[in-house]
Amino acid sequence: MKKLIAIFTFIFLVFFANAQDVKMADIMKENGKIYVVIAVMLTILGGLVLYLIRLDRKISKLERNK
Amino acid sequence: MRKSWWKILGVLLLVYTFIAGLLIEVPRNPQLEETIRNLFFHVCMWFGMMILFIVSFVRAIMYLRTNKHIHDIASRQYAGVGILFGVLGYLTGAIWMSYTWIDSNKSIFNSFDTIAREPKLIGAAIALLVYAAYLVLRDSIQDIDKRARISAVYNIFAFAMLFPSIWIIPRLLDSLHPGGSEGNPALDPGSASANMRLVFYPAIAGWTLIGVWIATLKIRMKIIHEQKLSQ
Repeated sequence: MKKLIAIFTFIFLVFFANAQDVKMADIMKENGKIYVVIAVMLTILGGLVLYLIRLDRKISKLERNK
Repeated sequence: MRKSWWKILGVLLLVYTFIAGLLIEVPRNPQLEETIRNLFFHVCMWFGMMILFIVSFVRAIMYLRTNKHIHDIASRQYAGVGILFGVLGYLTGAIWMSYTWIDSNKSIFNSFDTIAREPKLIGAAIALLVYAAYLVLRDSIQDIDKRARISAVYNIFAFAMLFPSIWIIPRLLDSLHPGGSEGNPALDPGSASANMRLVFYPAIAGWTLIGVWIATLKIRMKIIHEQKLSQ
C-alpha cells in the first residue's frame, strides 16, 4: 500500500512539475511589465479608432454638403 | 458619425480583447506557451474575413434581385475589407508559425518545405486569390451595369469556392494547423478553456464590427464619388 501511494505521489509530482515547466511569461505578470504592453497596444488601437472617427465625420460632412 | 452605437460597441469589445486577452489565465500548453493568446487576434482575422465575405455574397444576390446600384457598391467594398482581413490573417499566421511549427533541428528556411504543404495554407491562399481575381475582373469592365452584373455573379462563385478551399478540404486532411481532421479546438467547448472562450467570442464580434465600420466608410465614400461624377 505504501509503495502504491509512493508511486502515485511520484506520478502526480512528475505531472505537476511538467505542468509548471511550461515556459509562460510569469515574470512579466509578476513585475507588471505586461501592463506596458497593454498600454502600447491600447494606444495604437486608440489612434486607429480616432482616425476612423475623423474619417467618419468628414464623410458625414461631405454627405450633408452635396 | 452615423448610427454610432455598434461602432462604440466594436471599439469597447476590442479594448476588452486587448486587456483581457493579455491578462487572463490561459492553458499551459508546452508547444504554444503564451502564443496561445494569438487566438484572440490571428483567428479572429479569419472569422472576420468569413463574415465580411458572407455579407458581400448577400449583397451580390440582393443586387441581382433588385438591380439597385448601392448593393453592387456594398458587395465590392465588403469583399475588399474581407481580403484585407484575410491578408492580415495570413501575415499573423506566418509570424505565429515561425515560432511554433519550425523544426528546431533545421533552419527556418529548410523547414519551409513542410510548412508550404499545409492544406490550410494552400486552401486559404486559393480562397484569397479567387477573391483577388474578383477585384481584377470587376475593375477591368468599363460599363457600369455590365460590371455590376458580372461581378455579382462571379462573387457568388467565389463564395462557393470558400466551401471546398477553407471549410471542407483542410478539415479532412492532417495538418500542423489546428482545426484539421481532429476537429476545431477553438470552437469545441471541450478543448478551449472557458476562460479563453470568454475573450474569443467578444474578440470575433469586435474585430468584425471594426471591419464593417471600415467597409461602410468606403461605401459612403464611393457613393459620394459617383454622385460627383454624375453631376
